[in-house]
Amino acid sequence: MSPDLWADLAFWACGVVAVLAGAAVFYVDSMARATYALALSFVAVGVVLLLLGQAYLGAVVVLMMVMEMAVMAVYMVMFMGMNPALMPMSMVHSHRAAIGAGVGAFLLLGAGALLVPWPERRGAPDPDVTAALGEATMGSHMLVMVAISPVMVATIVAGVVLSLHRGRYDRGDRP
Amino acid sequence: MILETVLLVAAALFAVGLYGALSQQVVVMVMMGLELMINGVILALGGLWWFLAPDPSGQVLLLVVVAAMTVEMAMGFAVATLLHRQAGHDMTDMATELRR
Amino acid sequence: MPDRIRSALLVPVAETARLLRQRPRRTVEADLLLWRIASSGLLPLAVLMLVLVPWGDRALVSDPVGVVWFNALDVFAWALVWLLGWGANAVYGLVGGYRFLALALGYELPLMFALIAPAVAAESLDLGVIAAAQSGLWYVVWMPVAFLAYCLGVLGMSVRAPLDAAAGADLAGGVLAELSGVDRLLVQAGRYALLVAGAAVAVPLFLGGGAGPLLPGWLWVVLKAGALAWALAAVGSRLPTLRPDRVLQPAWVVLLPLVLLQDLVVAAVVVWG
Repeated sequence: MSPDLWADLAFWACGVVAVLAGAAVFYVDSMARATYALALSFVAVGVVLLLLGQAYLGAVVVLMMVMEMAVMAVYMVMFMGMNPALMPMSMVHSHRAAIGAGVGAFLLLGAGALLVPWPERRGAPDPDVTAALGEATMGSHMLVMVAISPVMVATIVAGVVLSLHRGRYDRGDRP
Repeated sequence: MILETVLLVAAALFAVGLYGALSQQVVVMVMMGLELMINGVILALGGLWWFLAPDPSGQVLLLVVVAAMTVEMAMGFAVATLLHRQAGHDMTDMATELRR
Repeated sequence: MPDRIRSALLVPVAETARLLRQRPRRTVEADLLLWRIASSGLLPLAVLMLVLVPWGDRALVSDPVGVVWFNALDVFAWALVWLLGWGANAVYGLVGGYRFLALALGYELPLMFALIAPAVAAESLDLGVIAAAQSGLWYVVWMPVAFLAYCLGVLGMSVRAPLDAAAGADLAGGVLAELSGVDRLLVQAGRYALLVAGAAVAVPLFLGGGAGPLLPGWLWVVLKAGALAWALAAVGSRLPTLRPDRVLQPAWVVLLPLVLLQDLVVAAVVVWG
């Protein structure tokens, strides 16, 4: 078998896993299963990114999303209110409209993907994509990263301010 | 594996995420829907990068999307914690403080 | 043969035989799927890490972003250990799982920034290139802080003292409490394997890879990895278990800035050195 065929097979396997795991997020009853189904979906997309020649970003997506879902699981258990596995109940609103919106979005985006006359590939990837990305972030596109960093700092500050119930010098260890 | 198939899978991920984000009542589940939508965006960007213009700018754009996702998660968790602590509820339908 | 050595050699064999023959014990309403994934996942995780290690000249899988992959793999320990606690559907296990996440937040960030130091110095994310770049001076010599943070991370991901509160005796074993039979064997083997894999990845990162006199490169890698794994287990087991709610603050307020400073020094040496 040719390498291209293997890549095709791997892509379809990952694509099917990604979509099915994504659908399972809203189908399963268990909070842990829902969270880790989403993690599986992200890992599958990370593998597809590897197939698309982006070794670094694929690895970063896997790294970030597994970590994020491990934390997400804690929040799921904390904030779910009741345990849907013990007490199965419908926790959805405007279900039909949501299904309609989902199907509509898929038809629209899918039609776009198939009908738009995509241009020819422009240029070829660098021999070392990761190094080129590093050069870009620290060179020609440095402004983007410089702009992101204050956003990140603001997010950290805002997140702490919103979620913390005590003040600056109260360590929470005194009665 | 051609551009169209990658985009179709991405569209499916986005559509499932949109369904979840619109239909779920619990804040954390809404965030899971948003995450799934961003997952589709990441896949679509990765495909467009590889098949249309494989230069570093597209990769930087992907990094920005990933960063935006972390911001979304952090603020979502913070607001969910605040809602839970202040009002003791976790449903989007009950978060009506801004309506008054 | 002295008794101590004989028992040290026999205990693993006897314990393996005992666990293989043990009747499996089930908890009520356990999430068997997730529990099985968690208990059988640690060992493959360690194997995937070992695959990245260059044995002398070349690795089984020579990956241009090997450092990032190692990082991604060690994050899987978060998921697996928490699921180990969750799957049992029992209180001690669940508390253990939460303890692990609290500790993981503490050790993971210093570990991530510690991984940056050798990569910056060697100007590559490839473990093979990083090992080859240490022909003059091992990175452990001038990156001691990064090495310490890395070692702490390895102890954390393999749930060993002093970061073993998730499997602490005060919780009747925590995430291990409800495990029995083959599942328990796989988890315990997986913890040891993660320790060894972490030590093996430290060899190309900090300990000069396969460099050494007389012996062939792959043997040096094995010797160094074995020595580091032994040292980690020996030092760790002599330290008290840290309270999970007290680890995050020193880890982020003291260790993380020190590691960042280490990265800065390394970057300065690379640019001006």
